[in-house]
Amino acid sequence: MTQQEIIAKINEFLVEEFEVDAEKIVPTANLRETLELDSLDYVDLVVIIESNFGFKVVAEDFINIHTFQDFYDYVNRKVAEKTTA
Amino acid sequence: MHNRVVITGLGIWSCLGKNLDEVKDSLYNGKSGIGMDMERKEWGYRSGLTGMVERPELKGILDRRARVGLSEEAEYAYMATLEAMKNAKMDMSWVENNEVGILYGNDSSAKAVSEAIDTIRIKKDTTLLGSGSIFQSMNCTVTMNLSTIFKLKGINFTISAACASGSHAIGLGYLMIKWGLQKHIICGGAQEVNPFAFGSFDGLSAFSIRENDPAKASRPFDKDRDGLIPSGGAATVIIESYESAIERGAPILAEIVGYGFSSNGAHISNSSVDGQIRSLNMALNDAGISADVVDYINAHATSTPGGDFAEAQAIDAVFGTSKPMVSSTKSMTGHECWMAGASEIVYSTLMMQNNFIAPNINFENPDEASAKLNIVSKTTEKNIDVFLSNSFGFGGTNSSLIIKKIK
Repeated sequence: MTQQEIIAKINEFLVEEFEVDAEKIVPTANLRETLELDSLDYVDLVVIIESNFGFKVVAEDFINIHTFQDFYDYVNRKVAEKTTA
Repeated sequence: MHNRVVITGLGIWSCLGKNLDEVKDSLYNGKSGIGMDMERKEWGYRSGLTGMVERPELKGILDRRARVGLSEEAEYAYMATLEAMKNAKMDMSWVENNEVGILYGNDSSAKAVSEAIDTIRIKKDTTLLGSGSIFQSMNCTVTMNLSTIFKLKGINFTISAACASGSHAIGLGYLMIKWGLQKHIICGGAQEVNPFAFGSFDGLSAFSIRENDPAKASRPFDKDRDGLIPSGGAATVIIESYESAIERGAPILAEIVGYGFSSNGAHISNSSVDGQIRSLNMALNDAGISADVVDYINAHATSTPGGDFAEAQAIDAVFGTSKPMVSSTKSMTGHECWMAGASEIVYSTLMMQNNFIAPNINFENPDEASAKLNIVSKTTEKNIDVFLSNSFGFGGTNSSLIIKKIK
């Protein structure tokens, strides 16, 4: 899966599952504020990532994810690790 | 000084229709809502018969946070409550600024629980259940979700009393308003409809196996009945004090005048004529009326051989002289279990408003006990001033409600 494919997939499920307007998803935007995430929503984000990319997010990993770009990079890195493992 | 308690809003989502108008037409036309669920046969069910209830599409109506916590039965309850609140002229801004409570009957959320356990077993990771699972899985799934969605600020809990849950919810709401503890309460009953929910009940051989003719399978009081058909959905009955209804300019649909209840103190699943008679007499005493004032009885009768026989005896013991018209709408709906006590108040109030008695379809030949009742097998035009609704449940819990027309 290429980086562009990963980004497209993430954006697709954020629009579909989290019902955010597609135009609000820009790499520099704040993930939590844009998606209006509360503590319960993070649990659902873990589920969606697991079902789409096959790896489990550890809650602490979210501490360093601020923007959409951070989120794309994180998923991309985890997918790459999974592929090389 | 007690408050008078009136019904100002009704809402329904059932196998007879997805709103009051559809359901009224089905009741009038004696239309059955029963069909076959082949998945149940694949699961090893003895009977695949069920009430056929459509799932509402809530995307676009409710946001994601509200939707993920809703169990199947809570979805039905949301739709029924939305309709009832609209009819009761309770908009969101009014509700937010007043003390509105919720008392809803529900006694399982088997699908949500089962699917969560399956996920844990497969994934070995509880986080992967997602955030909504717990709010779907608890018995109070309806009240915890609806109180949040509608921003309710009054009494808030679920009544679990087997197949009398919905009736007791209305009865308890009635007492709270009567005694001045609350002014407005959203009451009702909800019931999930899926293979997870009814396996253990099917295992008791309690269900009809007349699978070749689903519309004929539910036949309360008929001598050839062979069991009940599980069904479900949700029904909402908004009640409030008479003064509150007048003050708000709300439509007053009917008045609740009596609530009777009892426990059999006997077998866990068998009916008790004595227990039912005590419930009926308590309701009449509470209403301060004699038996001959009751025009119509919406019977609990589920189409089981033993249960219907006992109820016919109990009704005859109390109403044998006046012989009011009797029908069981479960002949059309099947047994809506936790919801039934509330839905049958909705069905009977629709009859009261529209001057007819819905038929006990499939009643062709009486047995020894039902022969003593005045059972209505065809739709009958009739003015109803007072009706009584019975609900009985496992564990010997009995509930009887008496409703009067407002003149």
